[in-house]
Amino acid sequence: MSVKHALLALLSEGPKYGLQLRQEFEAGTGEVWPLNVGQVYTTLQRLERDGLIESDDDADDGPQKGFRITAEGGEELDQWLHTPPDLSQPPRDELVIKVLIALRVPGVDVGEVIQSHRRYLVELMQQWTRLKEDEANLDLSFALVVDAELFRLDSVVRWLDAADGRLKRAEFDKSIPGATRSQPAPGLPKMRRITGVPR
Amino acid sequence: MSFLELHDVSKTYGEGPSQVHALEHINLEVEAGSLVAVMGPSGSGKSTLLTIAGSLEDPSRGEVMIGGAALSRMSRDGKARLRRRSIGFVFQDFNLLPGLTAAENVSLPLELDGRRASKAHATAVQMLDELGLADRAGAFPDELSGGERQRVSIARAIVGERRLLLADEPSGALDSANGEAVMRMVLAACREGVAAVVVTHDAQLASWADRVMFIRDGRMVDQTNKPMGPDSLLAPATQ
Repeated sequence: MSVKHALLALLSEGPKYGLQLRQEFEAGTGEVWPLNVGQVYTTLQRLERDGLIESDDDADDGPQKGFRITAEGGEELDQWLHTPPDLSQPPRDELVIKVLIALRVPGVDVGEVIQSHRRYLVELMQQWTRLKEDEANLDLSFALVVDAELFRLDSVVRWLDAADGRLKRAEFDKSIPGATRSQPAPGLPKMRRITGVPR
Repeated sequence: MSFLELHDVSKTYGEGPSQVHALEHINLEVEAGSLVAVMGPSGSGKSTLLTIAGSLEDPSRGEVMIGGAALSRMSRDGKARLRRRSIGFVFQDFNLLPGLTAAENVSLPLELDGRRASKAHATAVQMLDELGLADRAGAFPDELSGGERQRVSIARAIVGERRLLLADEPSGALDSANGEAVMRMVLAACREGVAAVVVTHDAQLASWADRVMFIRDGRMVDQTNKPMGPDSLLAPATQ
């Protein structure tokens, strides 16, 4: 989460005081990412040092000091908004690693391992969905945050479902004598490097 | 008290080596006012479960109770009457009759149950109005969007004194906004006292439910615990 750019975005609406910035930051992110008050002021100092914002020269440091964005700050914000975050490398996913390791541990029912994770994820999704049940009082920013979390969790459940199906097909292949097990397509990346699972 | 109860329900198709066990030892209770999702992949038996819960098909073993009455002791006509009066069905492909308007589709079950056509029509229009579809009452299904069609089919399923709503992948063909609108309608019906079962493979849809049951190869393998309050997700404010 870029506090720096969130503060620049708030100042792009017009000059604001430090305390006001903190309150608007929390309101804008639906209070899901509350901000430490110290973080606001250190970030503001850095932004001022880098020439991205300006402050009232004569005011003391603190909640009542006013800030405004500079032209350079506006350019920085615009560039940041249009630059996609780097998603090219798969994250080191603990859940994926657990399922891969479960495949190797004798006596472990991988289907049960998958189901215990699936149940937990759906329970979390039920909690997030409850947050948007009261549509009349649903803040737009907060609804977007809740949707993002639901889609993220949903993608993990879908992966578990796909893994479950793939494991069942592999089990079925093994149960038929003489059946040819499907071979991985050539050129697929080695998972060892990505997940760090010992082979 | 549970409005829908399935006790040790099993369903098999065929005989001998080709016999298929579609459902095995299913137990399910759905209270009035409660939304239960049954989540599972294709072929897990969830649609069979819904047709048996809705009295469209008989179980091979076990008992289904609706409103305290055992379906095994009901005549064919008795079950048909129960379906007309108490049970609403919603399917992925809407199943609206193409030659009837939205209002006529909604009023049809009331008319089949003996209500006067004018009164049934007024009730249907009022129901569509409550669901924000008043201006679409005179439209035919092919003049409605996918989301509107499904909302009309939900209106048809809950119109009158229906107490049980059974939905099979109700938002399967819809985008996420329309899918959410459909689940809000189902939940609103539950908050008015309807007992609802939604079968789906979709976790986002299932997450609207009070309880999620997981079905695999015809067996209920797991269910969610009672969800914690949503406040537990929100980080405490930092000073």
